Formats: sequence, C-alpha cells, structure tokens
Amino acid sequence: MASLRKIGNESSIWKRIWRNRSLYLLLLPAAVLMICFTYVPMYGITIAFKDFSPTLGITASPWAGFKYFQQYFNSYNFWNTIRNTLVISIYSVVVTFPLPIVLALLCNQMTHKGFKRFFQVSTYLPHFISTVVMCGMIILFLSPSSGIIPKMFGALGIDIGNLMGEPAAFPHIYVWTEVWQHCGWDSIMYIAALSAVDPSLYEAATVDGASQWQKMIKIDIPMLLPTATVLFILRVGSIMSVGFEKVYLLQTTLNLTTSEIISTYVYKMGLISNQYSLSAAINLFNNIINFILLMSVNLVSKKMSDTSLV
Amino acid sequence: MTKTATAGRKVQRTASDKVFNFFLYLICGIGAFIVLYPMYFIIIASFSDPTAVSSGNVGFFPVRPTLAGYERLLGYASIWRGYRNTILYTVLGTAMMLAVNIPAAYALSRKDLVGRRIINLLLIFPMFFSGGLIPTYMTVRNFGLVDNFWVMIIPFSVVTYYVIVARTFFESSLPDGIWEAAQIDGCGNLRFFFSFVLPLSKAIIAVIALWAAVGIWNQYFNALIYLRSDYLQPLQIILRSILISNQNMASMTTGSAAQEAQELAELIKYAVIVVSSAPIMCMYPFVQKYFNQGVMIGAMKG
Repeated sequence: MASLRKIGNESSIWKRIWRNRSLYLLLLPAAVLMICFTYVPMYGITIAFKDFSPTLGITASPWAGFKYFQQYFNSYNFWNTIRNTLVISIYSVVVTFPLPIVLALLCNQMTHKGFKRFFQVSTYLPHFISTVVMCGMIILFLSPSSGIIPKMFGALGIDIGNLMGEPAAFPHIYVWTEVWQHCGWDSIMYIAALSAVDPSLYEAATVDGASQWQKMIKIDIPMLLPTATVLFILRVGSIMSVGFEKVYLLQTTLNLTTSEIISTYVYKMGLISNQYSLSAAINLFNNIINFILLMSVNLVSKKMSDTSLV
Repeated sequence: MTKTATAGRKVQRTASDKVFNFFLYLICGIGAFIVLYPMYFIIIASFSDPTAVSSGNVGFFPVRPTLAGYERLLGYASIWRGYRNTILYTVLGTAMMLAVNIPAAYALSRKDLVGRRIINLLLIFPMFFSGGLIPTYMTVRNFGLVDNFWVMIIPFSVVTYYVIVARTFFESSLPDGIWEAAQIDGCGNLRFFFSFVLPLSKAIIAVIALWAAVGIWNQYFNALIYLRSDYLQPLQIILRSILISNQNMASMTTGSAAQEAQELAELIKYAVIVVSSAPIMCMYPFVQKYFNQGVMIGAMKG
C-alpha cells in the first residue's frame, strides 16, 4: 500500500486514472445502467410540478407549481394514507424488531446441537416463500367458508367471521404474518453476533455460579446492543416506506380504509388512473419525508454511538 | 461456542437451569411447530380430498389421497408458460446481475481508483432518494422496454446492496499483496480480475447468485408494472391471478356443481402453491450455508 501511495503522489491524477483505465471499464456497465434507470428518472420528478400531458412530453408540459401537492394534501386520502402507513410500519417495528433478538437469545442457549440446527433451518424456511404465495396462503387460511383458522376457532365456539374483510384486522394480519415469515431469518445477524462472544466470559460466569438465565441477561443482551442499535436506526429511518407488494396483494375493497398506504395509492393514481403528475407528487412528498427521516436518524446515531450508515 | 464452555455448563447444571431448559425447549418446540405446520398443511391439503379440506377434517395426514389438484394443474397451460418464463428470467437475470455488479464491486474495492468516494456516494444515494414509480416507468417506456422481455433482465440489474456486500468481501479477503505482485509481473487489471480475483471469490459469487436467483424467482412487482402481454408473464403473476384474484378458475371447473367447483378451486390453489414453491424450498437446505455467509459479510459493513 505504501508503495502505491508513493507512486500516486508522484504522478498526476490523469496518469493515475489512465493507469487504471480498465477498472473504469469494469465499472462501465453498472454506471450506464444506473444513469439510465436511476438517475434519469430523477429528472422526471419535475412532472410533479407540471401539468403533464403525454403528447407534450416532460419538458414541454406547462408548470403547475404545487397544484398537485395541494390536491393531495386536501384530499380525504391524505390523512388516511399517512395514518395507515404509519400504523402499519410502527406496529411492524414494535413487533418485528425485538422478536428476532429474543429468538437469537433462545437459540444461543440451546446446547442440543441437533435440535438447534433443526430449529434454525425451520425458522429460516418461510423467508423463501414468495410474497404472492404468502398472501395466497393467508387468504386461503382465513377464508370464512373453508379456511383452517376460522375452522379452528369455530371448534372452540368462536366465530371470527371474514378477517380479510375486517378493516380493524388488517394491521394485525400484516404484522403477525410478517413475524411468521421473517422472524427466523432476521435473527441470523444476532446469532452471528452471539457466536462471536468470547467463551471465556461464559466460563468465568459459570465459575461465579451464574445460572443460564443470568448469563443470558448479563452477557448475551449487552453483546447484542451494538448490532441492535444499528438495525434499529435502519428500521426507524424507513418508517414511511412500507413495502408495496404485500399490502397491495392483501387489499380487498372491504379493508381499504386501513390498508390503503402511500405506495399503493401512488400506484393506483399513477398507473391505474393515469394521473401521472398527482402520483409523482405524492411519491415525491413521501420520498422527501423518508430522506429527512433517514438523514436525521443517521445524524443522531453519529452523535450517539459513532455508528453511522453513510 | 467451544467444547469447554459447553462441558462446564453441563457439570454445573442447577435446578434453576433445568427449569430454564425445560421452558427453552418447550417454547422453541412450539415455535418450530407454528412455523412448520402451515407449510406442512399446504402439502397434505394439496393431496387430500377437497371436501375433507374445506370441512376442516384434514389435520396431520392426507385424507382420501388424490392427485386431482395436480392433474388439473397439468392441463393449465399458462402456469407452465409462467414457469418457463420465470426460469428464463431467473437464469438470464442472475447472469446479468453477476456480470454487472461483481466487476463494479471489484473496481470500487480498489483503493487506488481515482474518484472512488464520489462513485460510492452516487451508488448509495438512490437508497435514500429515488425518482419514484411514475418517472421510472416513463423512462423505461422511453427506452421501449414496456411489455418487452428484456425489462425483466436489464434495467434493474444494478443492486446497490449486492455491490456493497461484494465490495466488502473484496476489501477484506483479497490480500493487497497479490495485486502488487501481479503488477510487478506485468499483469494488467483486466487479466488480474479474470484470472485471480474471480477464482478467489467463488464464495461471494455463489452468495450473490443465490440471492439474485431467489429474488427474481419470487418478485412480481416489475412484471406487474411493466409487462402487459400474457405470453411474457412470469409465474408469480399467474399465481396472483389464481391465488388472490380468483381468476381463470371457472374454465377449469366446468361441469361440476357450484360447491364442488369451489372446493376443487381451493384444491388447485394448494397444489399450485406446492408446485411453485418446491424448487426454492428443495434447494434451500443445501445452500443455506451460503445464504448465512452472505448475511455475515453484509453485516461486516455495519
């Protein structure tokens, strides 16, 4: 490295670029694709401020100022979509953030190698089910006429009705199926952090007469804190961006009051109703909030713990 | 966990530890059951008599085993067309992702690359801010890629996360010394990349190939947005119409009474879930080692 730096100092920047020209060749395909399909669309954001008409194109369409933002802010769907997005995502964080930590702690306490492996492999498995199949399973299992879950409750004398058509049930269905599908997979990171704990800590604790429970509370949990902090920051930063796929698939006309989130609304306004400018404006509004959230969370974490994401 | 630690714990196991262990295995046993049973249920339901399934009589074993659901699926051409499309998209898309992301990651891992910081920044920025659905859609349309086979392979093949993971791998596991030695022997960057870097990085290539393949196999968003024609639709879109929108069922269940038709439709749903998820599920136990490795490499970034 030292020799490289010396060479670097001697020659001009162009010489250094020229010497590594083939490295830029390796970068080229990714750069071209990224410019075409990630950076060029950023210019298209201007349609949020324009009365976009497909015949005129982006550049020639007349400016509309904040018209479409106002249209969104004044619509009934403004508070509705924001509230639904926040309810689903905050509920998700509260439930799906701590559970993988608990899972990793439990996993780490298992001394029976065979069962531990079985437990890990089986809890990872649902992660590989596609979103479409997952939602298909949810709908099948909850079907009021033939689903296994209403049947099970029915056997206990409880009629749970059609949960998919029940607005109040939507966030619960979304979050707890998310736990079922991803909790095991999300624990991998914590299990990795725990496997890096120095075994002599456990030995010393054992000599001091600590029980397994005490070791878990006093050694394992503090060891997981740094990893947990970073992952928590990431989660909080993306609180305004609930994934489109699963919510869209689970939406029915009956549960729309709680299931219409910003991303599904953007899709419907844009590609189904063809209101390009309105859709782009809503999307931009959401992106800006996301951006501010991420940046401030990043700043806070930089101040608090020296762990930042950028 | 070393052997001594485990042995030490076994010797000193107290009454409270016994209680702890009892609850530990009990809770985890119940947890594993909750995770596995729904998947197991799907499999046995797909082989059972549809009337027994819909009346709630199927518990742990198939009831009056039948292959009726699978037989119906065999005659359902759009599933197999979807299957073929998905396989094509997965194979070509994975190859494309490797070809684009791995070389870029290597170039960015080199500390003597001028402009490395700014390129990294430009790579990460879209994770924080993006054009959004409509501007991206309009761009893709301008390239003539809407309702085009290649939209599933080319435009979205740069995945920032894959580049970061591969870059971290190159930075941490390729010793600086090899490049310096190769350079002294007159080896250029390209030859070095193809004859030294790639063979030394089989692990990370496997990880990213697997991630990419599973991701492409399972995703439906791009197809929903960009594809129109039936003959281009991947499996997940066909699944959506069968499982979620309840379409195309009537044509498959003609000549039966309504109740029976409804039950058969449900049976077909169970069968189609099994058929579409089987490849990924069967592959998973054999390659899970690589997946875990990948998550760890990704975590080192932290």
